[in-house]
Amino acid sequence: MRSPSSLLPLELDRVVFAVGERRIIDRVSLLLEPGPRTVIVGSNGAGKSVLLRLCHGLLVPTSGTIRWASLEPAHGPRRQAMVFQRPVLLRRTAVANVAYALAVGGVPRALRMPRALDALRRVGLEHLAHRHARVLSGGEQQRLALARAWALSPEVLFLDEPTASLDPGATQEIEKAISAMHASGTKIVLVTHNLGQARRLGDEILFMSRGRLAERAAADRFFKQPASREAEQFLEGELP
Amino acid sequence: MNSLSQAAFEAAQLVGGGDPKLLQIVVLSLRVSLTAVLIASVIGLPFGAAIAVSRFPGRRSLIVVLNALMGLPPVVVGLVVYLLLSRAGPLGSAGLLFTPSAMIIAQTILIVPIVAALSRQVVEDAWQEYREQLRSLGESRFGAAATLLWDVRFSLVTIILAGFGRAAAEVGAVIIVGGNIDGVTRVMTTAIALETSKGDLPLALGLGIILLTIVLALNAAAYIVKEKTQQRYG
Repeated sequence: MRSPSSLLPLELDRVVFAVGERRIIDRVSLLLEPGPRTVIVGSNGAGKSVLLRLCHGLLVPTSGTIRWASLEPAHGPRRQAMVFQRPVLLRRTAVANVAYALAVGGVPRALRMPRALDALRRVGLEHLAHRHARVLSGGEQQRLALARAWALSPEVLFLDEPTASLDPGATQEIEKAISAMHASGTKIVLVTHNLGQARRLGDEILFMSRGRLAERAAADRFFKQPASREAEQFLEGELP
Repeated sequence: MNSLSQAAFEAAQLVGGGDPKLLQIVVLSLRVSLTAVLIASVIGLPFGAAIAVSRFPGRRSLIVVLNALMGLPPVVVGLVVYLLLSRAGPLGSAGLLFTPSAMIIAQTILIVPIVAALSRQVVEDAWQEYREQLRSLGESRFGAAATLLWDVRFSLVTIILAGFGRAAAEVGAVIIVGGNIDGVTRVMTTAIALETSKGDLPLALGLGIILLTIVLALNAAAYIVKEKTQQRYG
């Protein structure tokens, strides 16, 4: 499935995103390599979601550069996908939502249905394939959003607090699907403010504070002994 | 009071009896207004959706003008179409004046702004909600416009009905460009105006009852469809 020229690594060089005078992202430089699951943590307003949108191309930096190792093809599905905090689904059936994403990606009509059904099966939703997407439960909707992203076989998947409004059972299902997608070779970049989730899913942690990348470390090291004062305070502030 | 109840009684007889003259007027009314609403939807829906997802200089002014045009006075539209289609006018050679086609043209002009302005609003609201997701999938602006139109299809039913209501109820435009010719361009509203001035209140009242019933039935049907589908699609 994967074409030889990889999108990764993604390189950010002194990226600034400002609204008026306020710098929401302040000179962030980083290199995202293929492989480890990258989890971005930080308190509310630290700039996590904005950073994710900048990487995905939904926002344009005020200054600095964001560069992928290769350009995305002009035709065919995008090779990066994003799952949002609140899933945005069309007023169609579950399987039609996935097929729609494939259609936008230029997948031939005959291949869409089998691929869409296959994606639903992988997140355990095949029995709801012909239900209308907007009447599914919150957890099912988010799994559908994940299936839609998965069907495109992206090289990179960005997730913006995908379980923030879900109960523990639904959260577990989502995390399972994310892990399976990572196992199938997709680079995961996840924003969360749930430290338990960061521990469960993170191979490496990017810690953001007030628009800056304050610390980057392997997950086990970050949680045992954070190097920065801000990260230490952030971890101490965690509720039991 | 007596003349009113008398008129209502005779009107009911006319309606119940399926008076052929009455029927002809009703059929022409429906033909003209439904055709106009169909053409106006084909033009107005994509136009409104395109404005909703586009950003260009003068966009705000265009929206203000479009919203203002929803209140176009029918007689003014009638006058302009009359001038265009009259023998000496630029389109005079087509010989459309005082035909149902002229009435369809006038009503179409009248309701395109309604369909476009209202669908612009509905699609733009949806666009706010869907924009990031659709852009993430790599959808183009005009692809998004089509997707959004389909997604808000149940709201569009109400918009199209508003257009139909306007077309079916107006008298100023069709009387000028149609001429209210018996058997050719006489529709419900022009007939009501004429019969009232002639003093034939039963026919006028009968037509009024039919017009109200049609509009009411259509709106009830649309309301039920919308209700049911919203439960189903969320």
